[in-house]
Amino acid sequence: MFDSLNLSLVDWSRVQFALTAMYHWLFVPLTLGLSFIIAFIETKYYRTGDEEWKKLTKFWMRIFGVNFAIGVATGLILEFEFGTNWSNYSWFVGDIFGAPLAIEGIMAFFMETIFIAVMFFGWEKVSKRFHLLSTWLTAIGSSLSALWILVANAWMQNPVGMRFNPDTVRNEMIDFWAVLFSPTAISKFTHTLLSSFVLASIFVVGVSAWYLLKNRHIIESKRSMKIASVFGLIAIVLTIYTGDTSARDVASTQPMKFAAMEAHFVGRNGAPLKAFGITRDVEGALRNMDKDPMLMSIELPGVLSFLTDYHFDSFVPGIKDLLYGNENKNIISVFDKIERGYIAQQSLLDYKKAIKEGDFTQSDFLRTQFEDRNWTNKYFKYFGYGSYFSEDKAVQSENVFKVVPPISISFYTFHIMVFLGLWFMVLFIVILFLLKKDILQKYRWILWAALFTIPLSYIASESGWVISEVGRQPWIIQDLMTTSQAVTHIETYPVMLTCMLFALIFTALLVADIKIIINQIKIGIEPKAKKIEPKTTKSSIESKSKINKKED
Amino acid sequence: MNKFLKLYIDGIRNMPQWGRTVWIIIFIKLLIFFVVMKLLFFPNILNKYQNDKEKSDYVIEHICQPKK
Repeated sequence: MFDSLNLSLVDWSRVQFALTAMYHWLFVPLTLGLSFIIAFIETKYYRTGDEEWKKLTKFWMRIFGVNFAIGVATGLILEFEFGTNWSNYSWFVGDIFGAPLAIEGIMAFFMETIFIAVMFFGWEKVSKRFHLLSTWLTAIGSSLSALWILVANAWMQNPVGMRFNPDTVRNEMIDFWAVLFSPTAISKFTHTLLSSFVLASIFVVGVSAWYLLKNRHIIESKRSMKIASVFGLIAIVLTIYTGDTSARDVASTQPMKFAAMEAHFVGRNGAPLKAFGITRDVEGALRNMDKDPMLMSIELPGVLSFLTDYHFDSFVPGIKDLLYGNENKNIISVFDKIERGYIAQQSLLDYKKAIKEGDFTQSDFLRTQFEDRNWTNKYFKYFGYGSYFSEDKAVQSENVFKVVPPISISFYTFHIMVFLGLWFMVLFIVILFLLKKDILQKYRWILWAALFTIPLSYIASESGWVISEVGRQPWIIQDLMTTSQAVTHIETYPVMLTCMLFALIFTALLVADIKIIINQIKIGIEPKAKKIEPKTTKSSIESKSKINKKED
Repeated sequence: MNKFLKLYIDGIRNMPQWGRTVWIIIFIKLLIFFVVMKLLFFPNILNKYQNDKEKSDYVIEHICQPKK
C-alpha cells in the first residue's frame, strides 16, 4: 500500500507545509524579541522621564507594529493544512495537538489584542504606569502563546503522556503535565524563545548601525544598541546553553536525528565532534559502512561523547548501530523494529475485525494488549515502523534506509546555525566594548558587519527549524507515524496549486513588510510634522497687496 | 469595555498613513486566508464521514499495512 502511494503527493504536502512554516517563522521571532526590547526602552522612559526615550519607544513600536500586523494569521494557514493535507495525523494525535493550539490561539487573541491596543493607542490616554504594564504584558503574552505550539511540536519529536485508544484510533492525553514539562518541550521552548530574542537584538543593532553609518540619530542609536547588545548577549549565551541541553535530549530521544546532524556514521567510545566538514556520497556510505562519508572534516577527539553525557569516553551510537543494531549496547535494529511495528498494526486490525464480527473474547484480549505497558513498550512503540514491512525481506532490508533523515541537510544546517550563533556572540561583545569606550563610530566596518548580520540572523533561525523538522524525517510523530502514513490521500494538483499560491501571497506579504519597515527606518525615529502651507486665495492676494500699498 | 473600544476607535481614526496601509494589507490577507483559501482549497476530508467510527475506519485503512 505504501509503495503505491503517490510520493509526489507526500513531497508536495511536505513542501507546502515547510513553505508555510518557514514564511510564518520570518515574522514571529522579531515580534517575540522586539516586544521585550521595546519594554526595556519604555522602562527607561518611565524611570527617567526623558522624552527622548519615549520617542525611541514609539519608533521601535512602529517597526514592531508593522511586523506583527503582517505576520498575524500566517500561522493559521498551518492549522488549515493539518485538516486538509494531514488528516490522518490530525485524527491520530487527538486532543494532544489540538488543545495546545487552541490555548495558543485564545491566549494570543486575548492578551495581545487587549494590551497591544493600549500599547499603540494608549499614549496620553492611560497612565504611564499602566502603559508600561501593557507593553510588558504584550511581550510576555506573545512568549506564552508561543509556548503552546512549541509544546505541541515537542510532543511530535518525543511523544509522552498519552495512551492509545484502539477504538477511536487516537492518542489520548492522560498526563497534561508530562506533555507540558517533558524535557523536549522545555528545551525546545527555551531555545526557540531565546533565539528569537537574539534575532530581534541583531535587528535592532543592525538598524542602529545603519543610522550611525549615516550619522543620524547618533544618541538614540547608541542607546538602542546598548540595550539590544546586552539583551542579545545574555540571550545568545542562554541560547547556546539551551541548545546544548536540546542536543543532549535529541541524542536520547531521537538518536538517528542526532547521528545525522553530526554525520556520525559509526558508533564508538570517545566519539569525536566534527566541528566542520564536507560530506560526500552519504547514500553510498549508508550502504557501505567502510566508505568515508566525509570529503574532509575537522574533528575534536572525544568531544561528541562529552557533549552527550559528560564523559569523554562514553559510547555514542552511529547511524550504522541504529540501522543494523548493536547487541552489546542494547540497540535493536531497524529491521526488528519494523517486525514489531507490523505486529502492533496487525493487532489493531485484528481488534477492529473482532469487534465487527462480535468476537468479544478476541477483542477483549487484544484490547488488554494496548493497555499493557510491557506490550506497548515492545510493540506499539514502533507502530510507525510497521509501514516499512514487506513479505519480501530483500525489500524490507532496503526499506530500512528510509528511516535515515537527509544527512547532508541536517549536518550543514546544524553547523550553519552553530557557527552563526558564535558570530552573534562575538558581535555583541565587540559592540558593547566599543560602545563603552565610545569609539564605535570609528570602526565603520563593524557597523557594516552588524548591518549585514541581520539576514544572517534569519538564516540561523530558519536553519534551526530545518534541523528540527528535516532531521526527524521520515517521522511526523517519532517512531509512531511516518509522513507517508499521515498524509491525506487527495489529488496532488490542489496541493501543488495551493503551494504556488502560498509562495506568491507570502512573498507579496514579505515584500510589503520589508518595504514598509525600510520606509519607516528611512523616515527616522521622529517622523517630521507636515508643514502646513497657508491656502492662497484671490481675497488673500488682494488683502496682501492692500497691506503692501499701505506700508509703501 | 466601552473605554477599551473607544481606545481602538480613536486610535484607528487618528492612525497615520503607514498604519492605514498596514491595515489594508491585513484586511486583504485575512480575506484571502479565510474566504478564498479556507473555502476553496481546504476542505476537512474527515468531515465527510458521519461519525467517529467511520473516521477511525478511514484512518486505520491508511496507517496500517493490510493483512497479507
